[in-house]
Amino acid sequence: MSAPDSPLFLFARHMGDNGLILGHRLSEWCGHGPVLEQDITMTNIALDLIGQARLYYQLAAEMHPSDLTEDDIAYLRPERAYSNVLLVEQPNGDFAHTVLRQFLFDAWHLPFLHRLCDSPESGLGEIAAKAVKEVSYHYRWSREWVIRLGDGTEESHRRMTQALDDLWIYREELLLPSDWEQTLIRSEIIPDPDVLRPEWQHAIHATLSEAGLPIPQTPVIQQGGKNGIHTEHLGHLLAELQYMQRAYPGQVW
Amino acid sequence: MTLVDLQKRFDEKIEAEVKIEPKDWMPDGYRKTLIRQISQHAHSEVVGMLPEGNWITRAPSLRRKAALLAKVQDEGGHGLYLYAAAETLGVSREELIDELLCGKAKYSSIFNYPALSWADIGAIGWLVDGAAIMNQVMLQRTSYGPYSRAMIRICKEESFHQRQGYEILLTLCRGSDEQKAMAQDSLNRWWWPSLMMFGPHDSESTHSEQSMSWKIKRKSNDELRQAFVDATVPQARYLGLTIPDPDLKWNESTGHWEFGEIDWEEFWQVVKGNGICNRQRLKDRIRAHEEGAWVREAAMAHAEKQRHRRDVA
Repeated sequence: MSAPDSPLFLFARHMGDNGLILGHRLSEWCGHGPVLEQDITMTNIALDLIGQARLYYQLAAEMHPSDLTEDDIAYLRPERAYSNVLLVEQPNGDFAHTVLRQFLFDAWHLPFLHRLCDSPESGLGEIAAKAVKEVSYHYRWSREWVIRLGDGTEESHRRMTQALDDLWIYREELLLPSDWEQTLIRSEIIPDPDVLRPEWQHAIHATLSEAGLPIPQTPVIQQGGKNGIHTEHLGHLLAELQYMQRAYPGQVW
Repeated sequence: MTLVDLQKRFDEKIEAEVKIEPKDWMPDGYRKTLIRQISQHAHSEVVGMLPEGNWITRAPSLRRKAALLAKVQDEGGHGLYLYAAAETLGVSREELIDELLCGKAKYSSIFNYPALSWADIGAIGWLVDGAAIMNQVMLQRTSYGPYSRAMIRICKEESFHQRQGYEILLTLCRGSDEQKAMAQDSLNRWWWPSLMMFGPHDSESTHSEQSMSWKIKRKSNDELRQAFVDATVPQARYLGLTIPDPDLKWNESTGHWEFGEIDWEEFWQVVKGNGICNRQRLKDRIRAHEEGAWVREAAMAHAEKQRHRRDVA
Protein backbone atom coordinates (compact mmCIF):
# COMPACT_ATOMS: atom_id res chain seq x y z
CA MET A 1 0.00 0.00 0.00
CA SER A 2 1.33 3.42 -0.91
CA ALA A 3 1.79 6.18 1.65
CA PRO A 4 -1.16 8.55 2.06
CA ASP A 5 -0.95 11.76 0.04
CA SER A 6 0.63 14.66 1.92
CA PRO A 7 -1.47 17.65 3.01
CA LEU A 8 0.54 19.85 0.68
CA PHE A 9 -0.16 17.59 -2.28
CA LEU A 10 -3.87 17.52 -1.42
CA PHE A 11 -3.98 21.29 -1.09
CA ALA A 12 -2.21 21.93 -4.40
CA ARG A 13 -4.56 19.50 -6.11
CA HIS A 14 -7.57 21.14 -4.47
CA MET A 15 -6.52 24.58 -5.69
CA GLY A 16 -6.02 23.10 -9.15
CA ASP A 17 -9.48 21.54 -9.05
CA ASN A 18 -11.12 24.86 -8.13
CA GLY A 19 -9.44 26.53 -11.10
CA LEU A 20 -10.08 23.72 -13.56
CA ILE A 21 -13.74 23.26 -12.73
CA LEU A 22 -14.60 26.98 -12.61
CA GLY A 23 -12.56 27.53 -15.78
CA HIS A 24 -14.49 24.70 -17.45
CA ARG A 25 -17.82 26.26 -16.50
CA LEU A 26 -16.79 29.69 -17.81
CA SER A 27 -15.52 28.18 -21.04
CA GLU A 28 -19.01 26.78 -21.67
CA TRP A 29 -20.04 30.39 -22.33
CA CYS A 30 -17.56 30.74 -25.19
CA GLY A 31 -19.42 31.98 -28.26
CA HIS A 32 -22.70 32.37 -26.34
CA GLY A 33 -22.09 35.43 -24.15
CA PRO A 34 -24.63 38.27 -23.83
CA VAL A 35 -22.32 40.71 -25.64
CA LEU A 36 -19.04 40.11 -27.44
CA GLU A 37 -16.88 41.96 -24.87
CA GLN A 38 -18.23 39.84 -22.01
CA ASP A 39 -17.88 36.66 -24.06
CA ILE A 40 -14.19 37.50 -24.48
CA THR A 41 -13.80 38.42 -20.79
CA MET A 42 -15.30 35.14 -19.57
CA THR A 43 -13.04 33.19 -21.94
CA ASN A 44 -10.12 35.19 -20.63
CA ILE A 45 -10.95 34.44 -16.99
CA ALA A 46 -11.37 30.75 -17.91
CA LEU A 47 -7.94 30.84 -19.49
CA ASP A 48 -6.38 32.40 -16.37
CA LEU A 49 -8.02 29.86 -14.08
CA ILE A 50 -6.99 26.89 -16.21
CA GLY A 51 -3.47 28.32 -16.40
CA GLN A 52 -3.41 28.53 -12.59
CA ALA A 53 -4.78 24.99 -12.30
CA ARG A 54 -1.92 23.76 -14.46
CA LEU A 55 0.63 25.36 -12.14
CA TYR A 56 -0.95 23.78 -9.06
CA TYR A 57 -1.20 20.37 -10.73
CA GLN A 58 2.41 20.58 -11.90
CA LEU A 59 3.46 21.38 -8.34
CA ALA A 60 1.37 18.46 -7.04
CA ALA A 61 2.83 16.13 -9.69
CA GLU A 62 6.39 17.12 -8.76
CA MET A 63 5.92 16.30 -5.10
CA HIS A 64 4.12 13.00 -5.73
CA PRO A 65 6.26 9.87 -5.40
CA SER A 66 4.79 8.21 -8.52
CA ASP A 67 5.39 9.51 -12.02
CA LEU A 68 2.34 11.76 -12.47
CA THR A 69 1.71 14.49 -15.04
CA GLU A 70 -0.63 17.48 -14.85
CA ASP A 71 -2.97 15.67 -17.25
CA ASP A 72 -3.06 12.49 -15.15
CA ILE A 73 -4.22 14.60 -12.24
CA ALA A 74 -6.67 16.68 -14.23
CA TYR A 75 -8.24 13.91 -16.30
CA LEU A 76 -7.84 10.50 -14.72
CA ARG A 77 -9.54 10.55 -11.36
CA PRO A 78 -13.00 9.34 -10.39
CA GLU A 79 -15.49 11.95 -9.31
CA ARG A 80 -14.97 11.28 -5.57
CA ALA A 81 -11.30 12.21 -5.86
CA TYR A 82 -11.96 15.79 -7.05
CA SER A 83 -11.79 18.22 -4.14
CA ASN A 84 -13.05 21.50 -5.59
CA VAL A 85 -15.62 23.44 -3.58
CA LEU A 86 -19.26 22.90 -4.55
CA LEU A 87 -19.67 26.54 -5.61
CA VAL A 88 -17.46 26.24 -8.69
CA GLU A 89 -19.21 23.19 -10.14
CA GLN A 90 -22.66 24.81 -10.07
CA PRO A 91 -24.09 25.18 -13.58
CA ASN A 92 -23.80 28.52 -15.38
CA GLY A 93 -27.52 29.26 -15.24
CA ASP A 94 -28.14 32.75 -16.60
CA PHE A 95 -25.49 35.48 -16.70
CA ALA A 96 -26.58 36.61 -13.18
CA HIS A 97 -25.74 33.18 -11.75
CA THR A 98 -22.40 33.10 -13.55
CA VAL A 99 -21.48 36.57 -12.33
CA LEU A 100 -22.50 35.87 -8.74
CA ARG A 101 -20.71 32.50 -8.64
CA GLN A 102 -17.59 34.27 -9.87
CA PHE A 103 -17.96 37.09 -7.35
CA LEU A 104 -18.43 34.77 -4.36
CA PHE A 105 -15.36 32.85 -5.48
CA ASP A 106 -13.23 35.93 -6.21
CA ALA A 107 -14.15 37.63 -2.93
CA TRP A 108 -12.43 34.70 -1.19
CA HIS A 109 -9.78 33.97 -3.81
CA LEU A 110 -8.21 37.43 -3.91
CA PRO A 111 -7.52 37.98 -0.17
CA PHE A 112 -6.52 34.32 0.11
CA LEU A 113 -3.90 34.68 -2.64
CA HIS A 114 -2.63 37.95 -1.20
CA ARG A 115 -1.67 36.03 1.94
CA LEU A 116 -0.58 32.88 0.15
CA CYS A 117 2.10 34.96 -1.61
CA ASP A 118 3.99 34.95 1.71
CA SER A 119 3.82 31.19 2.18
CA PRO A 120 7.13 29.67 3.32
CA GLU A 121 6.38 26.94 0.76
CA SER A 122 7.98 28.77 -2.16
CA GLY A 123 6.20 26.75 -4.87
CA LEU A 124 2.85 27.96 -3.57
CA GLY A 125 4.05 31.51 -3.02
CA GLU A 126 5.24 31.76 -6.61
CA ILE A 127 1.95 30.55 -8.05
CA ALA A 128 0.04 32.93 -5.77
CA ALA A 129 2.20 35.88 -6.82
CA LYS A 130 1.40 35.23 -10.46
CA ALA A 131 -2.28 34.44 -9.90
CA VAL A 132 -3.00 37.42 -7.66
CA LYS A 133 -2.56 39.85 -10.55
CA GLU A 134 -5.05 37.93 -12.67
CA VAL A 135 -7.50 37.49 -9.83
CA SER A 136 -7.56 41.20 -8.93
CA TYR A 137 -8.90 41.71 -12.40
CA HIS A 138 -11.44 38.87 -12.04
CA TYR A 139 -12.65 40.38 -8.77
CA ARG A 140 -13.02 43.82 -10.28
CA TRP A 141 -15.01 42.37 -13.17
CA SER A 142 -17.37 40.22 -11.09
CA ARG A 143 -17.87 42.89 -8.43
CA GLU A 144 -18.76 45.53 -11.02
CA TRP A 145 -21.23 43.20 -12.68
CA VAL A 146 -22.92 42.29 -9.39
CA ILE A 147 -23.46 46.02 -8.82
CA ARG A 148 -24.53 46.69 -12.40
CA LEU A 149 -27.08 43.88 -12.43
CA GLY A 150 -28.33 44.48 -8.89
CA ASP A 151 -28.85 48.16 -9.65
CA GLY A 152 -29.78 47.95 -13.35
CA THR A 153 -33.39 47.06 -14.14
CA GLU A 154 -36.18 45.33 -12.29
CA GLU A 155 -35.48 42.18 -14.26
CA SER A 156 -31.73 42.16 -13.61
CA HIS A 157 -32.38 42.81 -9.91
CA ARG A 158 -34.84 39.92 -9.79
CA ARG A 159 -32.36 37.59 -11.53
CA MET A 160 -29.56 38.57 -9.14
CA THR A 161 -31.81 37.98 -6.14
CA GLN A 162 -32.62 34.54 -7.50
CA ALA A 163 -28.93 33.82 -8.06
CA LEU A 164 -28.20 34.84 -4.45
CA ASP A 165 -30.93 32.55 -3.26
CA ASP A 166 -29.45 29.65 -5.26
CA LEU A 167 -25.73 30.17 -4.59
CA TRP A 168 -25.41 31.79 -1.17
CA ILE A 169 -25.41 28.42 0.62
CA TYR A 170 -22.17 27.45 -1.16
CA ARG A 171 -20.05 30.46 -0.19
CA GLU A 172 -19.08 29.42 3.32
CA GLU A 173 -17.34 26.21 2.26
CA LEU A 174 -14.39 28.25 0.99
CA LEU A 175 -13.61 29.21 4.60
CA LEU A 176 -14.23 25.84 6.24
CA PRO A 177 -10.91 24.02 6.33
CA SER A 178 -10.58 20.32 5.58
CA ASP A 179 -8.29 18.14 7.71
CA TRP A 180 -5.37 18.64 5.35
CA GLU A 181 -5.91 22.38 5.27
CA GLN A 182 -5.94 22.46 9.07
CA THR A 183 -2.53 20.83 9.14
CA LEU A 184 -1.19 23.45 6.73
CA ILE A 185 -2.83 26.31 8.63
CA ARG A 186 -1.20 25.15 11.87
CA SER A 187 2.20 25.17 10.25
CA GLU A 188 1.40 28.58 8.66
CA ILE A 189 1.86 27.31 5.10
CA ILE A 190 -1.56 28.56 4.03
CA PRO A 191 -3.59 31.48 5.43
CA ASP A 192 -5.92 31.01 8.37
CA PRO A 193 -9.55 31.49 7.26
CA ASP A 194 -10.38 33.18 10.55
CA VAL A 195 -7.96 35.95 9.63
CA LEU A 196 -9.52 36.27 6.20
CA ARG A 197 -13.09 36.18 7.37
CA PRO A 198 -13.67 39.86 8.32
CA GLU A 199 -12.23 41.14 5.05
CA TRP A 200 -14.16 38.59 3.04
CA GLN A 201 -17.42 39.31 4.81
CA HIS A 202 -16.96 43.04 4.42
CA ALA A 203 -16.22 42.75 0.68
CA ILE A 204 -19.37 40.72 0.11
CA HIS A 205 -21.64 42.85 2.25
CA ALA A 206 -20.35 46.16 0.88
CA THR A 207 -20.81 44.96 -2.70
CA LEU A 208 -24.32 43.62 -2.15
CA SER A 209 -25.27 46.81 -0.39
CA GLU A 210 -23.94 48.93 -3.26
CA ALA A 211 -25.89 46.70 -5.64
CA GLY A 212 -29.04 47.22 -3.58
CA LEU A 213 -29.32 43.46 -3.07
CA PRO A 214 -30.56 41.86 0.15
CA ILE A 215 -28.10 39.80 2.19
CA PRO A 216 -29.68 36.35 2.38
CA GLN A 217 -30.58 35.31 5.90
CA THR A 218 -30.54 31.56 5.45
CA PRO A 219 -28.35 29.72 7.97
CA VAL A 220 -27.94 26.79 5.57
CA ILE A 221 -24.39 25.89 4.55
CA GLN A 222 -23.58 23.26 1.96
CA GLN A 223 -20.16 21.67 1.98
CA GLY A 224 -18.46 18.40 1.08
CA GLY A 225 -16.54 19.18 -2.08
CA LYS A 226 -13.17 19.27 -0.32
CA ASN A 227 -13.79 15.69 0.77
CA GLY A 228 -15.07 14.58 -2.61
CA ILE A 229 -18.80 14.63 -1.82
CA HIS A 230 -20.15 16.71 -4.69
CA THR A 231 -23.44 17.83 -6.15
CA GLU A 232 -24.76 15.76 -9.06
CA HIS A 233 -23.56 18.38 -11.52
CA LEU A 234 -19.89 17.46 -11.29
CA GLY A 235 -20.23 13.97 -12.77
CA HIS A 236 -21.63 15.33 -16.03
CA LEU A 237 -18.96 17.97 -16.23
CA LEU A 238 -16.25 15.33 -15.74
CA ALA A 239 -17.79 13.02 -18.34
CA GLU A 240 -17.26 15.78 -20.87
CA LEU A 241 -13.87 16.92 -19.55
CA GLN A 242 -12.44 13.39 -19.48
CA TYR A 243 -14.02 12.12 -22.71
CA MET A 244 -10.91 12.04 -24.92
CA GLN A 245 -8.55 10.69 -22.27
CA ARG A 246 -11.02 7.94 -21.40
CA ALA A 247 -11.93 7.04 -24.98
CA TYR A 248 -8.29 6.90 -26.16
CA PRO A 249 -6.25 5.93 -23.12
CA GLY A 250 -2.50 6.43 -22.99
CA GLN A 251 -2.06 8.51 -26.15
CA VAL A 252 -0.12 11.70 -26.71
CA TRP A 253 -2.09 14.76 -27.84
CA MET B 1 -15.40 70.92 -54.65
CA THR B 2 -17.60 69.23 -57.22
CA LEU B 3 -18.41 65.55 -57.27
CA VAL B 4 -16.19 65.15 -60.30
CA ASP B 5 -13.25 66.66 -58.44
CA LEU B 6 -13.87 64.49 -55.41
CA GLN B 7 -14.00 61.38 -57.55
CA LYS B 8 -10.80 62.45 -59.31
CA ARG B 9 -8.98 62.95 -56.02
CA PHE B 10 -10.21 59.56 -54.78
CA ASP B 11 -9.05 57.84 -57.98
CA GLU B 12 -5.64 59.48 -57.68
CA LYS B 13 -5.21 58.22 -54.15
CA ILE B 14 -6.14 54.69 -55.15
CA GLU B 15 -3.73 54.89 -58.06
CA ALA B 16 -0.91 56.23 -55.86
CA GLU B 17 -1.50 53.59 -53.13
CA VAL B 18 -2.50 56.27 -50.60
CA LYS B 19 -4.91 54.79 -48.03
CA ILE B 20 -8.46 56.06 -47.92
CA GLU B 21 -9.34 57.20 -44.39
CA PRO B 22 -12.76 57.48 -42.66
CA LYS B 23 -13.16 61.24 -43.15
CA ASP B 24 -12.14 61.18 -46.82
CA TRP B 25 -14.75 61.40 -49.51
CA MET B 26 -15.42 58.00 -51.12
CA PRO B 27 -17.92 56.74 -53.71
CA ASP B 28 -21.07 55.20 -52.25
CA GLY B 29 -20.34 51.88 -53.91
CA TYR B 30 -16.88 51.74 -52.32
CA ARG B 31 -18.38 52.44 -48.89
CA LYS B 32 -21.11 49.83 -49.35
CA THR B 33 -18.69 47.20 -50.60
CA LEU B 34 -16.43 47.76 -47.61
CA ILE B 35 -19.29 47.64 -45.11
CA ARG B 36 -20.48 44.39 -46.66
CA GLN B 37 -17.04 42.83 -46.73
CA ILE B 38 -15.76 43.98 -43.33
CA SER B 39 -18.98 43.08 -41.55
CA GLN B 40 -19.02 39.64 -43.21
CA HIS B 41 -15.51 39.21 -42.02
CA ALA B 42 -16.45 40.29 -38.46
CA HIS B 43 -19.46 37.96 -38.43
CA SER B 44 -17.22 35.11 -39.63
CA GLU B 45 -14.90 35.62 -36.67
CA VAL B 46 -17.79 35.52 -34.22
CA VAL B 47 -19.65 32.59 -35.82
CA GLY B 48 -16.26 30.89 -36.20
CA MET B 49 -16.01 30.76 -32.40
CA LEU B 50 -18.82 28.18 -32.34
CA PRO B 51 -17.30 25.08 -34.04
CA GLU B 52 -14.07 25.42 -32.08
CA GLY B 53 -15.79 26.50 -28.86
CA ASN B 54 -17.60 23.17 -29.18
CA TRP B 55 -14.30 21.38 -28.35
CA ILE B 56 -12.91 23.50 -25.50
CA THR B 57 -14.60 21.47 -22.78
CA ARG B 58 -13.42 18.21 -24.40
CA ALA B 59 -9.83 19.17 -25.29
CA PRO B 60 -7.62 16.13 -24.61
CA SER B 61 -4.92 17.84 -22.52
CA LEU B 62 -4.63 20.98 -20.42
CA ARG B 63 -2.03 22.45 -22.75
CA ARG B 64 -4.35 21.99 -25.75
CA LYS B 65 -7.30 23.32 -23.80
CA ALA B 66 -5.45 26.51 -22.86
CA ALA B 67 -4.23 27.03 -26.44
CA LEU B 68 -7.72 26.53 -27.85
CA LEU B 69 -9.27 28.93 -25.33
CA ALA B 70 -6.66 31.52 -26.24
CA LYS B 71 -7.33 31.01 -29.93
CA VAL B 72 -11.08 31.35 -29.66
CA GLN B 73 -10.60 34.43 -27.50
CA ASP B 74 -8.39 35.93 -30.24
CA GLU B 75 -11.18 35.35 -32.73
CA GLY B 76 -13.61 37.27 -30.56
CA GLY B 77 -11.02 40.04 -30.42
CA HIS B 78 -10.72 40.03 -34.22
CA GLY B 79 -14.49 40.36 -34.39
CA LEU B 80 -14.23 43.46 -32.19
CA TYR B 81 -11.53 45.18 -34.29
CA LEU B 82 -13.44 44.43 -37.46
CA TYR B 83 -16.76 45.74 -36.14
CA ALA B 84 -14.86 48.86 -35.07
CA ALA B 85 -13.34 49.18 -38.57
CA ALA B 86 -16.82 48.84 -40.11
CA GLU B 87 -18.18 51.48 -37.72
CA THR B 88 -15.72 54.02 -39.16
CA LEU B 89 -17.84 53.81 -42.33
CA GLY B 90 -20.90 55.21 -40.56
CA VAL B 91 -22.80 52.09 -39.56
CA SER B 92 -23.34 50.77 -36.02
CA ARG B 93 -22.40 47.35 -34.70
CA GLU B 94 -26.04 46.84 -33.64
CA GLU B 95 -27.23 47.37 -37.21
CA LEU B 96 -24.64 44.95 -38.53
CA ILE B 97 -25.53 42.29 -35.98
CA ASP B 98 -29.23 42.70 -36.75
CA GLU B 99 -28.44 42.02 -40.40
CA LEU B 100 -26.60 38.84 -39.45
CA LEU B 101 -29.39 37.62 -37.20
CA CYS B 102 -32.13 38.26 -39.74
CA GLY B 103 -30.15 36.29 -42.32
CA LYS B 104 -29.41 39.25 -44.60
CA ALA B 105 -25.65 39.43 -43.95
CA LYS B 106 -23.44 36.45 -44.70
CA TYR B 107 -20.50 34.92 -42.90
CA SER B 108 -17.92 32.47 -44.17
CA SER B 109 -19.67 29.27 -45.25
CA ILE B 110 -16.89 27.13 -43.85
CA PHE B 111 -18.39 27.51 -40.37
CA ASN B 112 -21.51 25.70 -41.52
CA TYR B 113 -19.56 22.46 -41.47
CA PRO B 114 -19.47 20.55 -38.17
CA ALA B 115 -16.39 20.04 -35.97
CA LEU B 116 -16.78 16.34 -35.22
CA SER B 117 -13.48 15.18 -33.79
CA TRP B 118 -10.44 16.56 -32.01
CA ALA B 119 -8.56 16.30 -35.31
CA ASP B 120 -11.01 18.83 -36.73
CA ILE B 121 -9.55 21.42 -34.35
CA GLY B 122 -6.21 20.75 -36.02
CA ALA B 123 -7.70 20.86 -39.51
CA ILE B 124 -9.56 24.09 -38.83
CA GLY B 125 -6.33 25.73 -37.72
CA TRP B 126 -4.24 24.36 -40.55
CA LEU B 127 -6.66 24.58 -43.48
CA VAL B 128 -9.35 27.09 -42.54
CA ASP B 129 -7.00 29.58 -40.91
CA GLY B 130 -4.48 28.80 -43.64
CA ALA B 131 -6.99 29.70 -46.35
CA ALA B 132 -8.10 32.77 -44.41
CA ILE B 133 -4.49 33.93 -44.11
CA MET B 134 -4.02 33.84 -47.91
CA ASN B 135 -6.84 36.30 -48.13
CA GLN B 136 -5.83 38.36 -45.12
CA VAL B 137 -2.20 38.78 -46.12
CA MET B 138 -3.48 40.33 -49.31
CA LEU B 139 -5.91 42.52 -47.35
CA GLN B 140 -3.07 44.06 -45.33
CA ARG B 141 -2.55 46.10 -48.50
CA THR B 142 -6.23 46.90 -49.02
CA SER B 143 -6.99 50.52 -49.90
CA TYR B 144 -9.12 51.39 -46.85
CA GLY B 145 -6.84 52.41 -43.95
CA PRO B 146 -8.75 51.07 -40.89
CA TYR B 147 -9.38 47.72 -42.63
CA SER B 148 -5.75 47.40 -43.67
CA ARG B 149 -4.54 48.17 -40.13
CA ALA B 150 -6.99 45.69 -38.57
CA MET B 151 -5.66 43.05 -40.98
CA ILE B 152 -2.05 43.67 -40.03
CA ARG B 153 -2.89 42.94 -36.38
CA ILE B 154 -5.05 39.97 -37.24
CA CYS B 155 -2.50 38.34 -39.56
CA LYS B 156 0.10 38.09 -36.80
CA GLU B 157 -2.26 36.10 -34.60
CA GLU B 158 -3.68 34.00 -37.43
CA SER B 159 -0.35 32.65 -38.56
CA PHE B 160 0.25 31.53 -34.99
CA HIS B 161 -3.13 29.75 -35.02
CA GLN B 162 -2.29 28.03 -38.25
CA ARG B 163 0.96 26.63 -36.89
CA GLN B 164 -0.85 25.50 -33.78
CA GLY B 165 -3.43 23.63 -35.89
CA TYR B 166 -0.75 21.99 -37.97
CA GLU B 167 1.07 20.93 -34.82
CA ILE B 168 -2.11 19.25 -33.50
CA LEU B 169 -2.27 17.18 -36.69
CA LEU B 170 1.44 16.44 -36.63
CA THR B 171 1.07 15.02 -33.13
CA LEU B 172 -1.85 12.85 -34.28
CA CYS B 173 0.01 11.66 -37.37
CA ARG B 174 2.95 10.58 -35.24
CA GLY B 175 0.62 8.86 -32.78
CA SER B 176 -1.43 5.67 -32.88
CA ASP B 177 -3.22 4.25 -35.95
CA GLU B 178 -6.46 5.47 -34.45
CA GLN B 179 -5.11 9.01 -34.18
CA LYS B 180 -3.78 8.97 -37.71
CA ALA B 181 -7.12 7.75 -39.02
CA MET B 182 -8.78 10.58 -37.13
CA ALA B 183 -6.45 13.07 -38.86
CA GLN B 184 -7.09 11.58 -42.34
CA ASP B 185 -10.85 11.60 -41.82
CA SER B 186 -10.65 15.21 -40.84
CA LEU B 187 -8.64 16.18 -43.93
CA ASN B 188 -11.15 14.27 -46.08
CA ARG B 189 -13.99 16.37 -44.72
CA TRP B 190 -12.28 19.79 -44.59
CA TRP B 191 -10.22 19.83 -47.80
CA TRP B 192 -12.90 20.71 -50.32
CA PRO B 193 -14.79 23.19 -48.09
CA SER B 194 -11.44 24.94 -47.51
CA LEU B 195 -10.93 25.36 -51.26
CA MET B 196 -14.45 26.74 -51.46
CA MET B 197 -13.51 29.49 -49.00
CA PHE B 198 -11.90 31.45 -51.84
CA GLY B 199 -15.29 31.84 -53.50
CA PRO B 200 -16.49 31.18 -57.04
CA HIS B 201 -14.20 31.13 -60.07
CA ASP B 202 -13.12 34.61 -61.16
CA SER B 203 -15.43 34.36 -64.16
CA GLU B 204 -18.44 33.79 -61.84
CA SER B 205 -17.59 36.24 -59.06
CA THR B 206 -20.01 39.18 -59.00
CA HIS B 207 -18.10 41.68 -56.88
CA SER B 208 -14.53 40.81 -57.79
CA GLU B 209 -13.76 43.07 -60.71
CA GLN B 210 -14.94 46.30 -59.09
CA SER B 211 -13.20 45.38 -55.81
CA MET B 212 -9.96 44.80 -57.68
CA SER B 213 -10.15 48.19 -59.38
CA TRP B 214 -10.75 49.90 -56.03
CA LYS B 215 -7.82 47.89 -54.66
CA ILE B 216 -10.02 46.54 -51.87
CA LYS B 217 -9.08 43.12 -53.22
CA ARG B 218 -5.57 42.71 -54.59
CA LYS B 219 -5.65 39.16 -55.91
CA SER B 220 -8.38 37.13 -57.58
CA ASN B 221 -10.20 34.17 -56.02
CA ASP B 222 -8.53 31.67 -58.35
CA GLU B 223 -5.05 33.12 -57.80
CA LEU B 224 -5.44 32.87 -54.02
CA ARG B 225 -6.89 29.35 -54.24
CA GLN B 226 -3.93 28.20 -56.34
CA ALA B 227 -1.46 29.74 -53.91
CA PHE B 228 -3.20 27.91 -51.06
CA VAL B 229 -3.08 24.54 -52.83
CA ASP B 230 0.59 25.04 -53.71
CA ALA B 231 1.44 25.83 -50.10
CA THR B 232 -0.68 23.08 -48.57
CA VAL B 233 0.07 19.98 -50.65
CA PRO B 234 3.67 19.64 -49.39
CA GLN B 235 2.45 20.16 -45.82
CA ALA B 236 -0.05 17.31 -46.21
CA ARG B 237 2.69 15.07 -47.58
CA TYR B 238 4.92 15.87 -44.64
CA LEU B 239 2.09 14.75 -42.35
CA GLY B 240 1.78 11.54 -44.38
CA LEU B 241 -1.86 12.31 -45.20
CA THR B 242 -3.57 11.91 -48.56
CA ILE B 243 -5.43 14.82 -50.08
CA PRO B 244 -8.84 13.54 -51.20
CA ASP B 245 -8.48 14.58 -54.85
CA PRO B 246 -7.66 11.93 -57.49
CA ASP B 247 -6.93 14.68 -60.02
CA LEU B 248 -4.26 16.35 -57.95
CA LYS B 249 -0.95 16.42 -59.84
CA TRP B 250 2.19 18.49 -60.12
CA ASN B 251 2.59 20.44 -63.33
CA GLU B 252 6.29 20.83 -64.03
CA SER B 253 5.86 23.48 -66.70
CA THR B 254 3.63 25.85 -64.69
CA GLY B 255 5.25 25.07 -61.34
CA HIS B 256 1.82 24.63 -59.77
CA TRP B 257 -0.32 21.81 -58.43
CA GLU B 258 -3.32 21.06 -60.64
CA PHE B 259 -6.44 20.05 -58.79
CA GLY B 260 -9.90 18.69 -59.54
CA GLU B 261 -13.12 20.65 -59.90
CA ILE B 262 -14.92 21.88 -56.79
CA ASP B 263 -18.47 20.67 -56.25
CA TRP B 264 -20.14 24.02 -56.92
CA GLU B 265 -23.57 22.60 -56.27
CA GLU B 266 -22.52 21.94 -52.67
CA PHE B 267 -20.92 25.39 -52.47
CA TRP B 268 -24.13 27.17 -53.50
CA GLN B 269 -26.29 24.98 -51.28
CA VAL B 270 -24.28 25.98 -48.22
CA VAL B 271 -24.23 29.65 -49.26
CA LYS B 272 -28.02 29.51 -49.57
CA GLY B 273 -28.35 28.23 -46.02
CA ASN B 274 -28.64 24.49 -46.59
CA GLY B 275 -25.37 23.30 -45.08
CA ILE B 276 -25.37 20.91 -42.12
CA CYS B 277 -24.93 23.64 -39.51
CA ASN B 278 -26.37 26.83 -41.10
CA ARG B 279 -29.53 26.78 -39.03
CA GLN B 280 -27.79 25.74 -35.83
CA ARG B 281 -25.15 28.48 -36.10
CA LEU B 282 -27.68 31.21 -36.70
CA LYS B 283 -29.95 29.91 -33.95
CA ASP B 284 -27.04 29.91 -31.51
CA ARG B 285 -26.23 33.51 -32.34
CA ILE B 286 -29.88 34.56 -32.11
CA ARG B 287 -30.29 32.82 -28.77
CA ALA B 288 -27.14 34.44 -27.33
CA HIS B 289 -28.40 37.83 -28.53
CA GLU B 290 -31.93 37.41 -27.20
CA GLU B 291 -30.88 35.89 -23.89
CA GLY B 292 -28.34 38.69 -23.47
CA ALA B 293 -30.90 41.46 -24.02
CA TRP B 294 -31.69 41.88 -20.31
CA VAL B 295 -27.95 42.12 -19.52
CA ARG B 296 -27.39 44.87 -22.07
CA GLU B 297 -30.49 46.73 -20.84
CA ALA B 298 -29.35 46.44 -17.22
CA ALA B 299 -25.89 47.76 -18.09
CA MET B 300 -27.41 50.77 -19.83
CA ALA B 301 -29.91 51.41 -17.04
CA HIS B 302 -27.13 51.27 -14.44
CA ALA B 303 -24.94 53.67 -16.43
CA GLU B 304 -27.88 56.03 -16.75
CA LYS B 305 -28.60 55.91 -13.00
CA GLN B 306 -24.93 56.56 -12.25
CA ARG B 307 -24.95 59.61 -14.48
CA HIS B 308 -28.08 60.86 -12.79
CA ARG B 309 -26.59 60.31 -9.31
CA ARG B 310 -23.47 62.23 -10.30
CA ASP B 311 -25.54 65.11 -11.67
CA VAL B 312 -27.61 65.32 -8.48
CA ALA B 313 -24.55 65.15 -6.22
